[in-house]
Amino acid sequence: MEQPTMKQDTLSPAADGMTLFTTLVVQLGKATKTNDKLAALSGYFQQAPEEDKVWVIAIFSGRRPRRIVNAGLLKAWCMERSAIAEWLFDECYHTVGDLAETIALLLPETNLVAEPKSLSWYINQLASLQKATEEDRKAFITGSWSSMNREAQFVFNKLITGGFRIGISQTSMVNALAQSISLPATVIAHRISGNWDPAQVSFAGLLGEESIQQDISKPYPFFLAYALEDTPEQLGKPEEWQAEWKWDGIRGQLICRNGELFVWSRGEELMTEKFPEYHALREQLPDGIVMDGEIIPSVDQKPLPFALLQTRIGRKNLSKKQLQETPITFFAYDLLEWNGTDIREQPLEERRRLLEDIVEGLRHPALILSPKIIFSDWEQLTGMRALSREQGAEGLMLKRKSSAYQSGRKKGDWWKWKIDPLVIDCVMIYAQKGHGRRSNLYTDYTFAVRDGDKLVSFTKAYSGLTDKEFAEVDRFVRQHSIEKFGPVRTVKPELVFEIAFEGIAASSRHKSGVALRFPRMNRWRKDKKPDEINTLDDLRQMLAMYGNKKAD
Amino acid sequence: MSLIRVTDHGLYCPQGDFYIDPWKPVRKAVITHAHSDHARWGSQEYLCHHDTKPLLQLRLGDNHYQSIGWNETIFLNGVQLSLHPAGHVIGSSQVRLEYGGEVWVVSGDYKTENDGISGAFEPVRCHCFITESTFGLPIYQWKNQETIFASIRQWIHENQAAKRTSLLLAYSLGKAQRLIHGLANCVDQVYVHGAVFNTQQALQNAGFKFPPTIKVSADIPREQYHRNLVIAPGSAADSPWIKKLQPVSIGVCSGWMQVRGNARRRNVDAGFALSDHADWPGLIAAVKATGAEKVLATHGFQAAFSRYLNEQGIEAAEIKTAFGDDEEESSNATSTEPANDNDA
Repeated sequence: MEQPTMKQDTLSPAADGMTLFTTLVVQLGKATKTNDKLAALSGYFQQAPEEDKVWVIAIFSGRRPRRIVNAGLLKAWCMERSAIAEWLFDECYHTVGDLAETIALLLPETNLVAEPKSLSWYINQLASLQKATEEDRKAFITGSWSSMNREAQFVFNKLITGGFRIGISQTSMVNALAQSISLPATVIAHRISGNWDPAQVSFAGLLGEESIQQDISKPYPFFLAYALEDTPEQLGKPEEWQAEWKWDGIRGQLICRNGELFVWSRGEELMTEKFPEYHALREQLPDGIVMDGEIIPSVDQKPLPFALLQTRIGRKNLSKKQLQETPITFFAYDLLEWNGTDIREQPLEERRRLLEDIVEGLRHPALILSPKIIFSDWEQLTGMRALSREQGAEGLMLKRKSSAYQSGRKKGDWWKWKIDPLVIDCVMIYAQKGHGRRSNLYTDYTFAVRDGDKLVSFTKAYSGLTDKEFAEVDRFVRQHSIEKFGPVRTVKPELVFEIAFEGIAASSRHKSGVALRFPRMNRWRKDKKPDEINTLDDLRQMLAMYGNKKAD
Repeated sequence: MSLIRVTDHGLYCPQGDFYIDPWKPVRKAVITHAHSDHARWGSQEYLCHHDTKPLLQLRLGDNHYQSIGWNETIFLNGVQLSLHPAGHVIGSSQVRLEYGGEVWVVSGDYKTENDGISGAFEPVRCHCFITESTFGLPIYQWKNQETIFASIRQWIHENQAAKRTSLLLAYSLGKAQRLIHGLANCVDQVYVHGAVFNTQQALQNAGFKFPPTIKVSADIPREQYHRNLVIAPGSAADSPWIKKLQPVSIGVCSGWMQVRGNARRRNVDAGFALSDHADWPGLIAAVKATGAEKVLATHGFQAAFSRYLNEQGIEAAEIKTAFGDDEEESSNATSTEPANDNDA
């Protein structure tokens, strides 16, 4: 069977692990092309110490070490060492938009050279301080700071604060690994998924075959669809395609193996405990199956708004009332494992048939078969798509009947065909600086609609403009800010935008009484004046037409 | 007594009836330096340093120009005026005003590190100091020029090894000269964009000595660029002009490159935090060296900088000007300097 083996030709006497990792982060931060990122990562995997590699896979797939100090303490220690006041630290933070980087920029530069250490040495040290006194934690962290250059300080701080968001997709990482060990990318993607602890597993153990056998909770990499940009006619014959509603829940895998049940989200979070509704399935489902589907609250097989699902995820203890009002169900649409056998290579049609047998045989209220949409030609399907909103769906999914279940986002066999969003014209009233590559740029805006002669804020939005437009709005904000509340600027209500959103629900937490689903800036309406924007009544009408008043 | 007040035309000295770096046309304009947000078109008379004059002629055309040297005193309606090196770009000057025993200094843009070509910043004692604050936050602390040049050279060597052109984006007045001065010795030939070339010509005609540069043109075989260095204003990166240089690695030289997010937003291959403005320690040192009782901070992080000074026991306030719209000072413009290559 396939086992990971190192390619020997590129091994060279390596720098220490922390320096190698820091260099990697710097290279990835600078790289503008996917190929350069891939080269940097694959070079790293060929040089880095074994014990570090498994941590890098963990960190870049969102499995960060547990946080041992909070942001407040880190900030306080940095203020102390750089002798600056809190308000000034905050100004810096709002401009930089990243805590780890702000601290690295503020700490005094050091000439000390640290003893070479590996990445995992630092992570283990941090872990061992879990139960240490605040004083000991401070001594280790500030001591480390003073033995590092600015880049290493940044990386070290990121290890503490978590979240290396440097544009490394799971796919890039898997491909980079595939270049340095002789395993196919799909096999690697499967082995590094699911529930593993970088502190407990070795690189060889993680990527070896036994990782699958030992971990009965391991999910498969999700197959993701691209958006259909054109009309479906380009896809060929309608009879070769299966159509389903596209649900607005959490994509998940429901796994039943060895008499145990596991629920994974697409974000690779194990969510079994959050949804007691599923627990009874453990005894009733046949053993050795993995289903792909949507985690979604529903009543009488009709989905409830996403906002309600969010109220469920946030809670640790669920009340009877919540379980009654927001019952979570699983809308199953694919079967990946059956009788303990990986059946992803079988055609969708066959997998679907097996899935139907299981779900229909069970008749459990929490497990629902996501229906196929019957259609005979594309025109008819286009008509059905227009009814998505009434179904509680956000459009259609088109899947080739002969398709295998692939891993990652691939073009060709699966397409999402969403309905057009709802839109509303409004005016920008507040702005705040963004994060990451929007550092020191006003990109986070709050919008208002008119209510008589007043303006009522109703949503925030951060995306949808081009860099050029953001630069233009940034300039406007700097020149037309009226008041300053901490990082927030009140601006002259003059710029009109069309906001697009996927859904609307009643909300008592918002001044406007509504909460929008996935709002973003669709267009900058330079042709419109602030007195031509929509009104609060318009929003309320949309709520009456499309909303579900149950969200709060 | 106030020697300067802010009007809708710019910083105005009522006693002397003149403006400093006005943003609208006036009768008499004293110009600190030739960048476009400080030296604007349309005034009747301009007063500037000798080295700024040829640059104003290049950028604003023929006008009534009067020029003086550093530390040379002249009187305008009874106000004693002199210029002092600001270290920002060639010819850049602080303006010292004295009237009735009161001394005010307008800094214009400045940097405290001596770059070897713009003149060394000279602290001038005064009662009131009007200072820029482009990089007025403690996250902006520059490495010294030599260290930055060393990392740029390293980058050029990597590009040479990969047979790629090294293209540095830099303001055509100021940063471009520093790069030509500091990097010409690590390549066979420095090539420049037309906008930089014109500035080099004007400086050469005025008697400045720089390593020779050649204008990028379609006649030059592109392999010639690959082992060498090309310098161009920022906007050139977004124009078809850049095609002549492929394959190319693009670096940006600007103080804004200090922050990763800013560098990533520019979407270039390398960012070097090389600035023609004072960093945080530089601003504080400059303010302290003036011994000023009052400081007025403008263009940049003026609110934070003036609050900090007040906490340090130096009375400070912010004033609003129309400066800070040039390439380096506006952190988010891809570039506001037009990349005119029309004489190519």
